[in-house]
Amino acid sequence: MSNAQKSPSRKQPNRGASGHRITRADRLKRWMARHRYEARDALTRLLQMPASALMTLSMLAVALAVPGFLLTLLINFEQLTPTTELKPQLAVYLKPATDAKRVDQISREMLLRDDLLSVELISPDTGAADFRERSELGGLLELFETNPLPAVILLVPRDEDPASLQTMQQSLFAIEEVDTVELDIEWLVRLAAILNSFERISVILSLLLALTVLLVVANTIRTMIGNRLEEIEVSLLMGATSRWVRRPFLYAGLWYGLFGALLSIVLIYLALILVESPLREMTELYLGAFELQGLGFQGVVSVLALGSVLGWGGAYLAVSRQLTQFEPQ
Amino acid sequence: MSAIRFSQVSKRYPNGHDALRTVDFELDSGEMAFLTGHSGAGKSTLLKLLTLVERPSRGEVWVGDQNLATMDRRRIPGYRQSLGVVYQNHRLLSDRTVFQNIALPLQIAGYSDDDIGRRVRAALDRVGLLSAESANPLALSGGEQQRIGIARAIVHKPRLLIADEPTGNLDPRLSLDIMQLFEQFNRIGTTVLIATHDVALIKRMKHRVLILDKGRMRHV
Ligand SMILES: Nc1ncnc2c1ncn2[C@@H]1O[C@H](COP(=O)(O)OP(=O)(O)OP(=O)(O)O)[C@@H](O)[C@H]1O
Ligand SMILES: [Mg+2]
Repeated sequence: MSNAQKSPSRKQPNRGASGHRITRADRLKRWMARHRYEARDALTRLLQMPASALMTLSMLAVALAVPGFLLTLLINFEQLTPTTELKPQLAVYLKPATDAKRVDQISREMLLRDDLLSVELISPDTGAADFRERSELGGLLELFETNPLPAVILLVPRDEDPASLQTMQQSLFAIEEVDTVELDIEWLVRLAAILNSFERISVILSLLLALTVLLVVANTIRTMIGNRLEEIEVSLLMGATSRWVRRPFLYAGLWYGLFGALLSIVLIYLALILVESPLREMTELYLGAFELQGLGFQGVVSVLALGSVLGWGGAYLAVSRQLTQFEPQ
Repeated sequence: MSAIRFSQVSKRYPNGHDALRTVDFELDSGEMAFLTGHSGAGKSTLLKLLTLVERPSRGEVWVGDQNLATMDRRRIPGYRQSLGVVYQNHRLLSDRTVFQNIALPLQIAGYSDDDIGRRVRAALDRVGLLSAESANPLALSGGEQQRIGIARAIVHKPRLLIADEPTGNLDPRLSLDIMQLFEQFNRIGTTVLIATHDVALIKRMKHRVLILDKGRMRHV
């Protein structure tokens, strides 16, 4: 076949399109109309089978609510623990008998250690001055002949994990002049460690549940495809593209994800109401006033977006798997 | 230019069965022909090569200026949009009205709603079923269903109309009606290829006959 014969009909492969000119704006308008139609159609179909759809939606809601709830708790806990005050501090009390020279020497030796971020010496004199200034009982000191306050060295160690703090506490005890070593914010360090593992568990759990959402939607869409196989096959025979065939199912997946996420937000708020008062009692005991934060605007938007994306993705997986069976051999 | 040209076409299915063996034939643009042969002769296979449901194992299948044997996958939808196909079991979708069934190929090809309305009604008029527009296909008789199937195949004025046993389920009177409908479309320039068992009908119609015998084309 010569090229001269080829060109005219290639320009007009679809005879039905003759006398039917399509501008780009027209095409965009039709494309958008098509999408609007598919979105509405998918929504109607979802609403038409409330029993099975509701079952799927509840599964999605639970799977999305758990990570959303954990995320909210995490945000709340993080707001509880201002970072600078969390730095664990060791207070080293020296024996009162230690003379000023030796005290000076000990604190200078500590300055040289590179496992400490800061070393602050509070000599008995400074301590006494501080005490007089801050306390109404300052006058008490006058009752003593000599200054009864010990020298104290405040240390901020570089390593914050509980194990190395404990080792450091032990090693400081070993110094002969040391009376006691107080690690009075130990519990905060522990809290940080607990929060840390809580965060990790939340992340793993969230990933697993996101996968669950993906699979639940994919499975629902797979059933839906099974019910519409004839329509898919006929459309493909008439020249529908895979994009065309996929579209209604992608919208169905999107709606499932979005509605599942909406329901999950309700669940998250219900759960927050349940934990609010015990949580407040516990935290007020240790940290003072505490106001439980909800998901917030950003959180709500994130959960909705996550649900929609996972729904869309699950549907995409399901349709793509099915479409391969219609390819010509 | 020929509308269809098979050149040394063989089709072997994955199970090793040779459904077509070095088939050669040409169909001119505007021609109408019947494709016949015993059951299992390869008629449906030959039509499936034309609709690109299957690809040939060897040889070339030309439709107009396009070689289907090597056509890129992404161009298949566009090619199929240019065809009209009628099936024995009509393959109408029962979850929508007659109108929506006929509108489907136009929607796929991206026609506007106004255009679709006009063209669907014109197609229904051509097959004499204008009043069935809002009926469910299941509520129609076999002959009516087949007419709707034909309306759907010609609604976008395809250059080539293919039918696989379009009268397989119909009595002789209705079969003749349906065949005469195909003749009407052929008279306005559409190339028509119909696979059928119905030898009596073929004899009455006086068109070219292509005979397949165990996958080989017998030239008459
Ligand atoms: N997908 C397939 N895989 C394997 N073999 C197939 C396949 N499709 C058809 N065949 C075989 O190929 C041969 C030709 O089949 P085809 O359907 O083309 O025959 P036909 O002429 O249309 O028959 P009928 O008149 O009964 O419809 C048959 O023997 C059939 O069993
Ligand atoms: Mg057949």
